[in-house]
Amino acid sequence: MTLLSVQNLSLSAAHKTLVDNISFHVEPGETLAIVGESGSGKTLSALTVLDLLPPGVTRGGGHILLDGCDITAATPAQKQKLRGGVAGMIFQEPMSSLNPLQRVGKQIAEAMLLHGKFSKNTLRSRVLDLLREVGLSDAEHRMDDYPHLLSGGQRQRVMIAIALANNPKLLIADEPTTALDVTLEKQILDLIAREQKDRGLGVLLITHDLGLVRRYADRVLVMDQGKAIEDNSAEELFDHPQHPQTQRLLAARNFAPPPPLPNAPVLLEASNLSVKFPILRGALRRKVGEIAAVDDISFNLRAGETLGLVGESGSGKSTIGLLLLRLIRFEGTVLFDGHDLCRLSKTALNVLRADLQIVFQDPYGSLAPRLTVADIISEGLTLHEKHLTRAARAARVAAALTEVGLPSDAAQRYPHEFSGGQRQRIAIARALILQPKILILDEPTSALDVTVQAEILELLRSLQIRHGIAYLFISHDLAVIRALAHRIIVLKNGKIVEMGLADTVFAAPHAAYTKTLLAASGLNLHSSHATSRL
Amino acid sequence: MRLSPLWQRRFAIFRAHRRGWVSLILFAVIFVVSMGANFIANDKPFLMEYRGHLYLPAIQQISGQTFDPNFLPTEADYTNPQVKAAIRAHGWMLWPPIPFSYDTIVWNARLAPAPPSAEHPLGTDEVSRDVLARVIYGLRLSILFGFGLTIVASIIGIVAGAVQGFYGGTTDLFFQRFIEIWSGMPQLFLLIILSSIIAPSFWILLLFLLLFSWMTLTGVVRAEFLRARNLDYVRAARALGVPDWRIMLRHMLPNAMIATLTFLPFILSDSVTLLASLDFLGFGMPPGAPSLGELVSEAKDNLQAPWLGFTAFITLGGILIILIFIGEAVRDSFDPRKS
Repeated sequence: MTLLSVQNLSLSAAHKTLVDNISFHVEPGETLAIVGESGSGKTLSALTVLDLLPPGVTRGGGHILLDGCDITAATPAQKQKLRGGVAGMIFQEPMSSLNPLQRVGKQIAEAMLLHGKFSKNTLRSRVLDLLREVGLSDAEHRMDDYPHLLSGGQRQRVMIAIALANNPKLLIADEPTTALDVTLEKQILDLIAREQKDRGLGVLLITHDLGLVRRYADRVLVMDQGKAIEDNSAEELFDHPQHPQTQRLLAARNFAPPPPLPNAPVLLEASNLSVKFPILRGALRRKVGEIAAVDDISFNLRAGETLGLVGESGSGKSTIGLLLLRLIRFEGTVLFDGHDLCRLSKTALNVLRADLQIVFQDPYGSLAPRLTVADIISEGLTLHEKHLTRAARAARVAAALTEVGLPSDAAQRYPHEFSGGQRQRIAIARALILQPKILILDEPTSALDVTVQAEILELLRSLQIRHGIAYLFISHDLAVIRALAHRIIVLKNGKIVEMGLADTVFAAPHAAYTKTLLAASGLNLHSSHATSRL
Repeated sequence: MRLSPLWQRRFAIFRAHRRGWVSLILFAVIFVVSMGANFIANDKPFLMEYRGHLYLPAIQQISGQTFDPNFLPTEADYTNPQVKAAIRAHGWMLWPPIPFSYDTIVWNARLAPAPPSAEHPLGTDEVSRDVLARVIYGLRLSILFGFGLTIVASIIGIVAGAVQGFYGGTTDLFFQRFIEIWSGMPQLFLLIILSSIIAPSFWILLLFLLLFSWMTLTGVVRAEFLRARNLDYVRAARALGVPDWRIMLRHMLPNAMIATLTFLPFILSDSVTLLASLDFLGFGMPPGAPSLGELVSEAKDNLQAPWLGFTAFITLGGILIILIFIGEAVRDSFDPRKS
């Protein structure tokens, strides 16, 4: 019997169609992946299965049969039984899906109690079994911890335990690994795959990442702007993608490496960089030790080259970016243009700041929400090129907007009127208008959809060729590093694990950690040249 | 002058907020009427002609001897029938619609407090003064006092909060402790002591209340700045070399403005209430000053004259509600996510 069958589902909000007549089904023991970019309606489609639509979204039509029960006609009591009982759900953000004020063991026990399938006195041992099953190390102690004491991967394991608490038949995983590092991503997905096998679960996997799907899904449904554009078995889809959008999605993750760079002069030389944070203990906050976020790191950066900084969260890669701009305190020397950035006075440093700019990860947080785009972009000019007239400034802003591929009427609008990719272009324009020699790119594409990611990378590459800017490209994503970096530094716990030319590192990594990263990233290094777009 | 598209949009949102818009019109009327109190409720004619000369007695001091050498050399008392007759003999007088000032004692009224009549639409108070005239003057005083206190207190509060939130660390620590100690001061006791030493005037009272009322906004602004100081756009501004004051003013303050604007109408109405309650207790404006608080106090003493109580309640409650409705509309129109 089909576990879940959705037929001709349509969803709309305020007269706008969000999901347009889609159908899919999940059999027991099978994984169906719904893939699409943000706004494609994939999450809403999954939420309808348990009738968990956000307010304002209405179901236009369609039939949803979950384990033989029509959810559109179910009473609230029946729905409660289905939620958690028949279908468990895992959400994207493990931090906000767990109650921060309750111990994790209690949260799992609560899920069990709600459905009354287990008696109270066996609860604790059942919770313990479950936590062991999902691979939480030291489960006896962990079950009495609060969520903030667990790492992201551990929290997601707890979420999976809650979803599995009542032996459901269907597991709905809504972008379960988007908030996690690549190596953790692999572990979590392997765990879901193992549970599926052991328990014969049907899995509905929602993701924006086609790369994941290849390894874990049996069938794939590709969605674009509310429509199902392709529905096929995973093998068939990857070997013979039919729809142009599917082809675009597949191609967007495969970048060709940048053209090699002839010998260029060294622009910036950093040696023995360290950033240490004190560990404070006790009521008097005495310093009992230090944590090194960046530990004795040296590198140099040549004009017009891209140096890729790779590492997982907590590896200190973003700290290095902030440090070069002297936005945090550090030890060591940074020689730039004959000056030691560490010793320069504040005023002297401010003059140099025009040459050293940064683009941040989050396109929503990096633009002041109450300034117009023109104000944001021209701020650097008002500080560093004071002689410019108002008209000259406006002309420079317009030129910068054109250069990053935005219409010139964008200048008078506010950041919130733009999409994530456009905002990132604005952030790049703000950095570029001063014609910097070095641009620090701190995960500039991590918050973007894959196709938008490809566009931004393309833009960055053409800007580099046109202006000869040196990039310090910080990312956890080896695929995007591949697209831009000439040389690579792999970081772990604030230390350099491996450093070398990009081609060499990708082809023959030395360090075991680099190998793990490469394996987890799922990069298909050999076929990347053939399908490249760049 | 042409408004920028942004301000046009803000204005359009404000207009669309019907309750706020109506309140603003009402407040504008009240404001204009009360600011022109001298020409609307006065015991002096606002325009008169005497022997071919034009006078503005409402703002001019004219000696009684101008009209008759037998009169006193002090300012003429235009309510006096003899003075009236002397002027009418050689000219004319134009009286304001309410021919009483806030301190005019009406001798020919019925036993004070007199109920509303054609001559006194809101009746008279216990000293036989016209209530309507006192309400108009009282509103002027309350509005001016409220605005004065709110504006100065907000500026001080925002600056203090911004500095604390932006620099954080020790600056924040010491400032916070100071505020905790300072807000523990018994404001009312200090005021009672003060009023026993000097008779508080408008300005002394304003200055004194200012010492304690600037702290309302500090917490909100501080929290907003603490949150924003680690956001990427502030970091990006630092990376550009933007000076601290400019980051605070251009990048961070606009975000704190919504929180501030949300508080402003409450601070304004708080200030009006504060003055009224001090007047009610007798520690506020000097006796005889036209204050809404004194009206409340009179209403309490004369429960047999309900028109006093109703007037005090409707005036005080009305002005506070209007201020809050306007504040809500302003807050919505400054929200960039609203269209």
